[in-house]
Amino acid sequence: MENKEKTEKKEKKEKIPRQAMPEQDPKERIHNFDEVPYGYNAELAMMEAKRCIQCKKPSCVAGCPVDVKIPEFIKLIAEGKFIEAAWKLKETNALPAVCGRVCPQEDQCEKVCILGKKDEPVAVGRLERFAADFEQDSGNIVIPEKESPTGKKIAVVGAGPAGLTIAGDLIKLGHEVTIFEALHKAGGVLIYGIPEFRLPKAIVDAEVNYLEKLGVKIVRNAAIGRLKTVDDLFAEGFHAVFLGVGAGAPVFMNIPGENLSGIYSANEYLTRSNLMKAYLFPEFDTPIVRGKNVAVIGGGNVAMDSVRTALRLGADNAYIIYRRTEVEMPARIEEVHHAKEEGVQFKLLHAPVEYIGDENGWVRQMKCIRMELGEPDASGRRSPIPIKGSEFIIDVDTVVVAIGTMANPVIQATTPGLEVNKRGYIVTKGETGETTREGVYAGGDIVTGSATVILAMGAGRQAAKAIHEHVMAKG
Amino acid sequence: MFKIVEKSFLQDIVVRMVIEAPEVARKRKPGQFIVLMIDEQGERIPLTIVDSDSEKGTLTIIFQIVGKTTAKLADMKVGDHILHVLGPLGHATEISNFGTAVVVGGGVGIGVAYPIAAALKKAGNKVISIIGARTKDILILEDEMKNVSDRLLVATDDGSYGFHGFVSAVLQNLIDSGEKIDIVFAIGPVPMMRVIANLTKPYGLKTIVSLNPIMVDATGMCGACRVAVGGKTKFGCVDGPEFDGHEVDFGLLMSRLRTYADQEKQAMENYRCESHGK
Ligand SMILES: Cc1cc2nc3c(=O)[nH]c(=O)nc-3n(C[C@H](O)[C@H](O)[C@H](O)COP(=O)(O)OP(=O)(O)OC[C@H]3O[C@@H](n4cnc5c(N)ncnc54)[C@H](O)[C@@H]3O)c2cc1C
Ligand SMILES: Cc1cc2nc3c(=O)[nH]c(=O)nc-3n(C[C@H](O)[C@H](O)[C@H](O)COP(=O)(O)OP(=O)(O)OC[C@H]3O[C@@H](n4cnc5c(N)ncnc54)[C@H](O)[C@@H]3O)c2cc1C
Ligand code: SF4
Ligand code: SF4
Ligand code: FES
Repeated sequence: MENKEKTEKKEKKEKIPRQAMPEQDPKERIHNFDEVPYGYNAELAMMEAKRCIQCKKPSCVAGCPVDVKIPEFIKLIAEGKFIEAAWKLKETNALPAVCGRVCPQEDQCEKVCILGKKDEPVAVGRLERFAADFEQDSGNIVIPEKESPTGKKIAVVGAGPAGLTIAGDLIKLGHEVTIFEALHKAGGVLIYGIPEFRLPKAIVDAEVNYLEKLGVKIVRNAAIGRLKTVDDLFAEGFHAVFLGVGAGAPVFMNIPGENLSGIYSANEYLTRSNLMKAYLFPEFDTPIVRGKNVAVIGGGNVAMDSVRTALRLGADNAYIIYRRTEVEMPARIEEVHHAKEEGVQFKLLHAPVEYIGDENGWVRQMKCIRMELGEPDASGRRSPIPIKGSEFIIDVDTVVVAIGTMANPVIQATTPGLEVNKRGYIVTKGETGETTREGVYAGGDIVTGSATVILAMGAGRQAAKAIHEHVMAKG
Repeated sequence: MFKIVEKSFLQDIVVRMVIEAPEVARKRKPGQFIVLMIDEQGERIPLTIVDSDSEKGTLTIIFQIVGKTTAKLADMKVGDHILHVLGPLGHATEISNFGTAVVVGGGVGIGVAYPIAAALKKAGNKVISIIGARTKDILILEDEMKNVSDRLLVATDDGSYGFHGFVSAVLQNLIDSGEKIDIVFAIGPVPMMRVIANLTKPYGLKTIVSLNPIMVDATGMCGACRVAVGGKTKFGCVDGPEFDGHEVDFGLLMSRLRTYADQEKQAMENYRCESHGK
């Protein structure tokens, strides 16, 4: 009898397929900036949650950089305890509504989910998003207890995922925390880079508000290195400084014609559109070029975000120009899939060599060269080699260069004794984020180079522990 | 929020404003600028810090109404607040005792030239200033410039005041007169800076220009402000705003400045209609 029940249960579980997430129709959504996936409803979420077999030794957790208690929160969803699921998430992840949307789950938690061996993995990210959104929508957000005040003041430079995470952790430990952010809005790449249709800005704002409710002070329009230096911060009485300034400086290819009008860095294109809301021009004052033939150079998330933005701004032809093949493309699978559905044209094994302008200095054409893949390079990817004589011309009126970013040197140049590596990234000792300057810690993209939201958050968390120990040891 | 504490029209379309921004006022050096954003819907625009008072915690800006944002700013009143002010940005002017320094200012660029001339004077230079405008009525800061210069020369394009002609002709006369010049600072409309740089080049006369490319963040994050200097791409906001005038590709700067001309015109027309209706 007991046995029979067990097998029945098992059978039932295997029958449930991975639940698809309802989304906006591609034909519709290329005309708006609303979020593409609608998210699970309660029914779909519970159904998906029931697929998780609650492994005793869950491999999924090892795949998550911040050790989210995956089986535990999923179990709570399966039981209909949605708020409790959100709280469980928040024990280790300060921004679940963000991570559920933008984590490369297929390379992390979901990649190692046991179900993925035979079938499709549990949709951990979608469930995470569901629980976090449920909490947000319920308005039932608990403000956690803070430790009693320690009298220590900590300065956090940069309000990206790394800075927001460390601020949340340190304020709960009873420290006084002030974030200094150069832009007029907090959130880092979450607010200026990742578009509304992938991460609604209201979600980021809600997280920032939550931190302010906890007591974190955020000073906007404060470019450290300009308004004040790291040394000034210590002189003002801060006991430690965390640098989470990201890798915000755009990289160009330095090919002829790259400064023609109509050629953007992805940072500029996305900042105009997201942070400055240029897609709502003239209701908002910042303009953006609404090109008809838009080429985006690159194959990462940033390139996908740019090309999908171009479509929404009214492009007839939106191209991805990438020098390797789809296999090597660093963008998330879901984003490539969305881009294809929306009609983006992929020109793989292509690279621009020159831009050609008109008499007014506007880009009109792009000269491309075809590539073939050679031997694997240092990164293990097969390196592209130009095919001689294969150049050809594409008509374009807008180009977005999305080939990566590098460290902005302002902080390093104004902080004596702060060691940086050859490429300008801050050198830290191990996981603690300790730099070569006493009391100065760093984490996120400014240490690793462009990485992911969750890794930046993980770095913030590690540094919070180290800073706590450091300031408390000093008595 | 940053309060406007003084406002006056220097000319029809040139406004002087004093804004409360204590921390920026304390830190700022000649040659640096701010980025301001009037309200939530606003654009971020760069403006030079013409003067500051660290005791009162104020900054002075002088701007010309050229489009929607500057028009909107000019319509604001004393006591109103600007939503965001970021600064001080860019490298400060490299000031030392060069010997004889000529400061050329054109149009609203005189506002930018003024703190530089003052700093040069303070550093012990002999300062000869040449300021110019299209016509007498739109010439600004004449007295202020006089106070910080050993000699002040004025030119108007239409001859309504001072020398009849361009500031470049005044500089040429000065060079021809045998005046020993060690450095030239030229700040004004792009065509003016280009002419001055072309003029001084054959003499090997070091010429610093202050560039005004379109900017967004002004912290080195976006590259909107790229300019070509000596064949290399530089970011105006963090590598500048001042560059060696003999190395600058002025043609590129001018065409990039026109990128949004149509949209700017539309925004300005909309704004004029809206404010007219009020
Ligand atoms: C378009 C785009 C799409 C992406 N998509 C994904 C995705 O889908 N999934 C994913 O996991 N990752 C994605 N990433 C990467 C991810 O966003 C970053 O790895 C992450 O944001 C890094 O966090 P951070 O806190 O280190 O820095 P950032 O998010 O870069 O934040 C740094 C902050 O510091 C501020 N700052 C810089 N200098 C100063 C200064 N001197 N003084 C004061 N403040 C300063 C900046 O203005 C900024 O707000 C994407 C990145 C981009 C650009
Ligand atoms: C470092 C720097 C210092 C400056 N200092 C002064 C100053 O002291 N006084 C002054 O009157 N002007 C100054 N300018 C120019 C000023 O920023 C522009 O006049 C202003 O942005 C125009 O905005 P608008 O909306 O009124 O006009 P718009 O109609 O938007 O534009 C009119 C013209 O201004 C330029 N412009 C537009 N947007 C920007 C932008 N975001 N950044 C830069 N230029 C832009 C373009 O050439 C455009 O064609 C400075 C510019 C720079 C880069
Ligand atoms: S934070 Fe990211 S990696 Fe971790 S469980 Fe959530 S989606 Fe997966
Ligand atoms: S590995 Fe997969 S099935 Fe196992 S607990 Fe994690 S999510 Fe559930
Ligand atoms: S204005 Fe963005 S980098 Fe200079």
